This record gives sequence, structure tokens and C-alpha cells, in this order.
Amino acid sequence: MDYEAVIGLEVHAELSTRTKMFCACTVTDPAKSEPNSAVCPVCLGLPGTLPVINRQAVELGLRVALALGCTPLPRSIFARKNYFYPDLPKGYQISQYETPLAVNGKFTIRTVAGEKVIRIRRVHLEEDTGKLTHITQPQAYSLVDLNRAGVPLLEIVSEPDLCNPAEARAYAVKLQQLLRAIEASSADMEKGQIRFEANISLRPRGSQLLGTRTEIKNLNSFRSMERAITYEMQRQQEVLLSGGLVEQQTVGWNEDTGVTFPQRGKEEAHDYRYFPDPDLPPLVVDSAWLDRIRREMPDLPEERIRQFQQKYSVPLELAEQILADPWLEQFFLGCTSDILLAEETARWLIGPLAGELNARGIGWEANPLAPTNMADLLARLQTGSINQPMAKQLLKWMLDTGKNPEEIIAREGMVQVSDVDSLKTTIQAVLHAHPAEVSAYRKGKVSLAQWFFGQVMADTRGQADPKIVKMLLDELLTALMGGQLSD
Amino acid sequence: MSSSLLSLGISRAAHLLRSGEISSRDLTQACLEQIESLDGSLHAFLTLTTEEAFFRANRADFFLQQMRKGITPETTSPLLGIPLAIKDVLALSGVRCTCGSRMLETYIPPFTAHAVDKLLADGMVVLGKTNTDEFAMGSTTENSAFGPTRNPWDVARVPGGSSGGSAAAVAAGMAFGALGTDTGGSVRQPAAFCGITGLKPTYGRVSRWGLVAYGSSLDSVGCMARSAEDAALIYASIAGHDPRDSTSHEIPVPGFTPYAENSLKGLRIGLPQEYFLPGMQAEVENAIRSALAVFEKLGAEIVPVSLPHTEYALPAYYLLAPAEASANLARYDGTRYGINRPAAGYIEQFMSSRAAGFGPEVKRRIMLGTYALSAGYYDAYYARAQKARGLIRRDFDQAFQQVDVIAAPVAPTTAYLLGERNKDPLSMYLGDIFTLPANLAGIPAIAFPAGFDSNRLPVGIQLMGHAFAENTLLGMAHAYQQVTLWHRQMPGAANIPEETKEHGL
Repeated sequence: MDYEAVIGLEVHAELSTRTKMFCACTVTDPAKSEPNSAVCPVCLGLPGTLPVINRQAVELGLRVALALGCTPLPRSIFARKNYFYPDLPKGYQISQYETPLAVNGKFTIRTVAGEKVIRIRRVHLEEDTGKLTHITQPQAYSLVDLNRAGVPLLEIVSEPDLCNPAEARAYAVKLQQLLRAIEASSADMEKGQIRFEANISLRPRGSQLLGTRTEIKNLNSFRSMERAITYEMQRQQEVLLSGGLVEQQTVGWNEDTGVTFPQRGKEEAHDYRYFPDPDLPPLVVDSAWLDRIRREMPDLPEERIRQFQQKYSVPLELAEQILADPWLEQFFLGCTSDILLAEETARWLIGPLAGELNARGIGWEANPLAPTNMADLLARLQTGSINQPMAKQLLKWMLDTGKNPEEIIAREGMVQVSDVDSLKTTIQAVLHAHPAEVSAYRKGKVSLAQWFFGQVMADTRGQADPKIVKMLLDELLTALMGGQLSD
Repeated sequence: MSSSLLSLGISRAAHLLRSGEISSRDLTQACLEQIESLDGSLHAFLTLTTEEAFFRANRADFFLQQMRKGITPETTSPLLGIPLAIKDVLALSGVRCTCGSRMLETYIPPFTAHAVDKLLADGMVVLGKTNTDEFAMGSTTENSAFGPTRNPWDVARVPGGSSGGSAAAVAAGMAFGALGTDTGGSVRQPAAFCGITGLKPTYGRVSRWGLVAYGSSLDSVGCMARSAEDAALIYASIAGHDPRDSTSHEIPVPGFTPYAENSLKGLRIGLPQEYFLPGMQAEVENAIRSALAVFEKLGAEIVPVSLPHTEYALPAYYLLAPAEASANLARYDGTRYGINRPAAGYIEQFMSSRAAGFGPEVKRRIMLGTYALSAGYYDAYYARAQKARGLIRRDFDQAFQQVDVIAAPVAPTTAYLLGERNKDPLSMYLGDIFTLPANLAGIPAIAFPAGFDSNRLPVGIQLMGHAFAENTLLGMAHAYQQVTLWHRQMPGAANIPEETKEHGL
């Protein structure tokens, strides 16, 4: 039987607030702060402390809700989600349950089959937990770091409108871009600022019924999300094809072995005993507040892409790729002084430069090039003082040495050779040196023209002007066919 | 000399402090001596802050001296230099806050409760932390992990609870007043059992910052003193908005002024039939009826009212408070502070620490509350209890359209013997029926002495008002106390010579 997947995603994003969700502690970069240095009596859960709602977190949450076309609820309610864990200082997490911040949104993604609307079920605010580090040697114990405890999280829950891992990825990637564009979250996966949970079920293709679903927890990257969903779909399919039933359960994902593993079955499902938090009155959101949030909302990605396309007249995909990363966008703006060069610049950045950075394992945020040097390279290419292969070589050297184009060109003697007479001499020398190929060419193997071209470029260390070489080579080969090989 | 100071009212003491006839050091010394001689048998205090008390007394004396020289010091509050006691569920930075529990036996908070902070800013001399039922769960103070407090009127009897330590301390002259907390009657009932005045303010009137939570939607910080006037002074200090407590109100707190010539003309007192039950101690009912006669003489009108949903208060409270408590007490897992009993895994460690740290009543309420919130039971218990709470609130709203205050007993009986009820939780819970409704409705209520029973045990009366009507309640109790002497009686155990009781008159 042929099955289709029904997938829903829960995305947790850390909001870019200055302070935590319910106290005045600064939100710190986990990589740069001492454990338990950004904590206070409130986020430590000391007896007698009380939460106070962070207004900035509410505003950023509403910003996301509005960008997703959700309806904010006029009175949303914070609830206590009760469970015991060493990273949860109060023994409950303050979250939103029956009455979330906003409901019923829509998010359009692009898939291989065209545009697709994914419905958003709800968006709600909650607090993050602390972080545990498990030590096994020489004795087993766990360390608790509560710097992250109480950091504001926004949970964005989709309807199960996604059909395959690629769609799930497209949704997640686009959501990440949205969160960044409206400055609601840095959504940096390495820092755990965006995390995913996927629920998956299979059903016979075309069926309207929903199968039994499993929920995969703690997916920390697009890649692991895609892999885990793929794995879980396969696993469920095997179960179904062998006549078994999928068990409703929560599963974990092992990144190293690439398999999911059961965490809790339906019977052991947590009873979180949600109830409204008596410490927090309902969160009232009125239309004046919403209006202000709408006014202050940065442009959405679609709008920014449209404006970018218009300003630089570049194709859509190029605009999307440049705007997909804020560092890349910054860099692009830094090296594009001439609007006529914008498209060429964009292609260089997402082509050769992206390739070189990738090969060095460097992200855009760590791109060492100065935009002015990149602009210099492109200007030299444009005026013809260097050619494409030289430019690529120059780029490599710039990345390796950190020197600017002028220094490298001077040191390496990189000058494009455009002198017709000297190039003609070089081409003739190449033809003389390869009589067998010349004869093959004359017998009709015209594809050898490209090979001759390569030889000429190699002999000139790539410095020959390829356009002139091409022209002269054509001329000489045509003459060759007429038997008029000079000398 | 020193024992004669102990029956002074706060405003009289404040007057003598200002004139320089007595010093805060004298008052503090007298209180500490009284504690020294009585607390071995009463056990009102869990922790004494003697050094801090003398430090603050000296500071107060310096300020008082400045005032006499015409210099305005940091505070001129009538509480300047007055020794008070704090129930041990309110945090005082650097002093252990046990909540009457083994769990927090060694826990030292790094911050101070809002109410305590306000009193300190007004110049209070803090004597120490008073005994309480564990996490304020109980009506006798017998649930304290550190042993019960005894009633100064009869040491064989309970002082009431959960603020029994504060009540006993004030009644026995060990402190001029105290802070208590009231979630279901825990200020008013011990005030009645010990013959003092106790005010439970409107929910949200006093910030809960630093009050260790029991039932968060019900918890109120209250004032305990030997007169309504003294309670008013403490109330004025601690009431008001605090941005750290999102449930605290921004409505300003008007100053307390007694009714002119103590006339209560034009005030209507509602008498709810539902609060006079068969089986209630006759002497309690008689005392209430006599007190109402006094109020009539003062000009008030007595009007019968009905609060038809009163019977639901007890079951609603004993679902809602434990439900909230089950979450509030989840943080005591031994990981960051409090008792820690290492075990194989973290869940095992939580279980062993909680098993060791909590007493039976706390465990009972955690289990009850956990059950009430469980999937499949939530609607039948928690949600229905919330509905009942709404009906009780509406009863009061309707009643307060007809009357200014509602009069009722505080408890069905006077203080009972230690051990008499703590084996049977249900009979103890039943003792709370008259105090729970005010907590469920979030309204203010005051308890004050209205007579004695045949065992010479104090009987209290309760007045309940609409939200923010604290001054009406204080004013009426004050007017009553101007024409009666019940509140001036001090227990024989206090050993305060009869003639010196007149000192303040």
C-alpha cells in the first residue's frame, strides 16, 4: 500500500529580549557566560518570589503572531505546567495552555509543487528551562546551569499540513528567516535559540483519516529534523506494511545513530496538571497596543525581497538568497556601490565566495573579507584588467593571506594579456607542439577547439584574455581547415 | 519597670518614645525578657533576632533623639522603635525562614518580603520569626515541624493557626504586634483564640513578594495587634502597590481615621443566617449577639442578610488551596536549597528529599491538590471549585449592596486542647468554615475580642467588608474597643501586674 505522511511542527524560538520572561535577569549568550551567573531569586525559584510578565517578550510574540496572520486573543492566560525535573526550578513551567497569545494563522512556503499554505494553530509564550550537564566519570552526577531558566520562548504550532521532510524543512527555514527579519529571535540553531518538535503519522494516500502519530522531541537543526522525520516515516511504514499498529508515543532522536527511540508511551504520558497561574492576571492585549506593534513591525521577508529586487534589479532567487542571511546581506550592501554591478556581485557572493567560505568551514558571520576588497576585485574583473579564472584565484589568495587585491596582483604579477600579437604567437606555438591533435582536428574532431583553448590558457597561467584567445583561436583553426597553416 | 511597658498600645508607646520617657531599647529589652521568661512554655518564636533587634532599637533611639532636637530623621512613622514579630513564612534577608518545616530548617533567604521591608523602613524593631503550621497549613500550629505553640490563656490549649506563634507572642506581651498570613483564616482564627485583633486585608492589598506561597490566589499578609488602632498602624505601613506582585492593586491606601465620637450612625451590619449553625458553642454565639448589641448602641443598624452559597466554601477551599499548594511546593526538591537526601537518580532524590522534608499535613494537601488537578478529575474538582468560588463572591457582592459590613463568628468554638483535633483533619478543617469565605471572595475581614467563655478563653467576633473597606472594619472595631475592655485583658501567663495595665489608658 502507498502511504502519505501527515506532519505538524512545533517550533520553539528564544525571543530576543534584553531580560528574562518573568524577572529582570539579563539574557546571556550561553557560550560566553559563567554557569549560574545570570540568575536571581525569581528564576532560581526561591520561596516567596513572584513572576512579572516581560512586556518586550509579549510585544515580540505579538509581532510574530501578526506576521503569521494570527488573531491575538484579547485576554490570554498563563498556566502552570507541572512536572519535576532538575532543570525546572519551580517544579512547574509557566506557559500558556487553553488560552494562548494568538491563534489561527497562515504561512506560505514554496515547495517543489509550488506555493503551499501551512495553517498555524497557535502561538504562545512560555519560559525556557535550565540546562543539565551530565558527568559520568569518575562518578556519575549532573550539573545544573540556570542561566537559561526563564528565558522567553515563543512556541509556534502548525496544523499537520506538511507532507514530507522537504516541506517541513522549507517551513522551518522560512520561519527562521521570518523570525530574524522581524527581529523577534536570532533563531541561531548552534545556540539552541530555535528548536523543533515534529509529530508524524501515516495514512493510505488519499485517505481523509489520520493515523496514529508519534512525536519526535528535541530536534536542534534543520538537518536532524529532516533526518528524523525521514527515519520515522520509514519506521512507521515498515510497521504498517508488516501489519502492525503504530503506537502513540513520544520519541527521541539520536543524532549519532540516526534512529528514533521511544521515550514515553501513551500510558506513561505526562499529566501536566495545567491550571491558570494564580500569580499572573490575564494578559490583556488591546487594539491600541496591537496598532503600535503593527506600526513598529520591520518589513516582512516578502516585502524586503520585493524591495531588494526592485532596487538592484536582480532575479527573485538571487534576492532571496542574499536576504536569507543578515551577514550576507550586510556584506552585499558593503560591496555594491554600483547598482549596475549588483547582479554580478550577488552571483559572485552566492557562487565563488560562498563556495570558498564553505570549503573553509566559515559561515557568513565570520566572513573575513573586507567588502571594499571584494568590490575592488569585482571592479578589476569588470574593467578587464583580470579575467574570471584570475579573479577566482585572486579570491582564494585574498582569503588565504588576508591581503588586498592590489598587493596580491603586484606580488603575483597578475595582468591579463590582451596583446593580439603575443597571444597569436602563443597559440601558434601550442598548435605546433601538438601535431597529432591538429591532424585529428583537421579530420573533423572539432571538439578539440576547447582543448586547444585550455592549453593556451594554461600556457599563459590563466592570464590571457579569454575573449581574444577565443577569437584568435577560431581564426587560426579556420585557416588550418583551409590548409593554410603558416610556416 | 520593664514588664509595665508590655501592655502599652503602639500609639501610646510611640508617644512615650517621642517624649523621651522611654526608649526603644527599653521596649526591646522588655519584650526580649518577656520572651526569655515565657517562650520556654509557649514556644511562639522559632528564631530570635536579638542582635538585629538591639541594632534597630539603637538606631530608632537615635532617630527619636534627632526628632527631639528638631531634626527630621529617615522615618517618623509611629512604628519607629516598636518591637514587632514576623511569622516565619515571610522572608527577612539573612535570617532563616523555616515556614515551620524541616524542609527549610536551614534555608536563609537573600531578600526581604515586601511587608517586612515596609515595616523596617518605618523603623520597626524586628524581634524574630514566629511559629506556624508547616507552610501555613493548619489551624492550631501543631503542624509545625518544630513543635506546637501554646495558648497563653491556657497552655494546654492551641493558640489557633496557622499564625499561632504571632498571636501568642502578641497576646502574651512578647511583641507589640506581629505580621501573620491568612489563606483561610490563619490571622483571624488565632487572633480570636488568643484574644487579640487580627486584620486580613483585601487580597492584593499587601504585596505577597517574599511571602512563601501556600494558596497563591488566597494568601494575604495580615496584621496582628492588641487593638484595632495598633493593627491600623501596621496596616498603613504594609499596604500599597508593589510592581513585583502582579496581583497587587494600584488603588491608593487612605489613612486611617477613627469615626468621629465613635459614632457608627448610618452604618449597616449584615447578619448572615448561614453563619449561625446548630452545634456551635453557645458562648460564642452569645458573645457575638452581645457585641451586636454594643454596635447598635453605637448607632449601627443590624440587618439580616443571606449568603446562600456559604456551605460550598469549605469544599471549594479544600480543593483550590491544595491544588495551588501542590504546584507551589513542587520547588522543594532538594536540588537548590532545603533538605537534600541523596539517592540513585534525580527522581529518587526528589522523592527521598520530599519524604524527609514534609510533614503529614503538607503531604496530605499536596496529594489532595495533585489529585484535584489530574487529567479526568480537573473538571469535577478544580473547575467546579472555581465555579463555587464565583458564586460565593457573588453572594458577598449582593450582600454588600444592602450592608456596609457583615458580622460573623470567627470560629465555631474557643481554643481547644492540644491534640484534640489534629488526629482528625476533617474536624479541624470544619473549624475554618467562618473564615474561608472572605479568602475565597478576596475581601477584607477583621477579628477582635468580644468576650470570654466559662473557661476564661477569649471569644472573637469577625467583621467582613467589601474590597478595600479595611478602614471601615478598623474604624468599627476601634469604636467597639473604645466602649469595651475585652481587648485590654491579658492572659495570666503574661504575668503583667494588674495596675500597670492602666499605663496606657
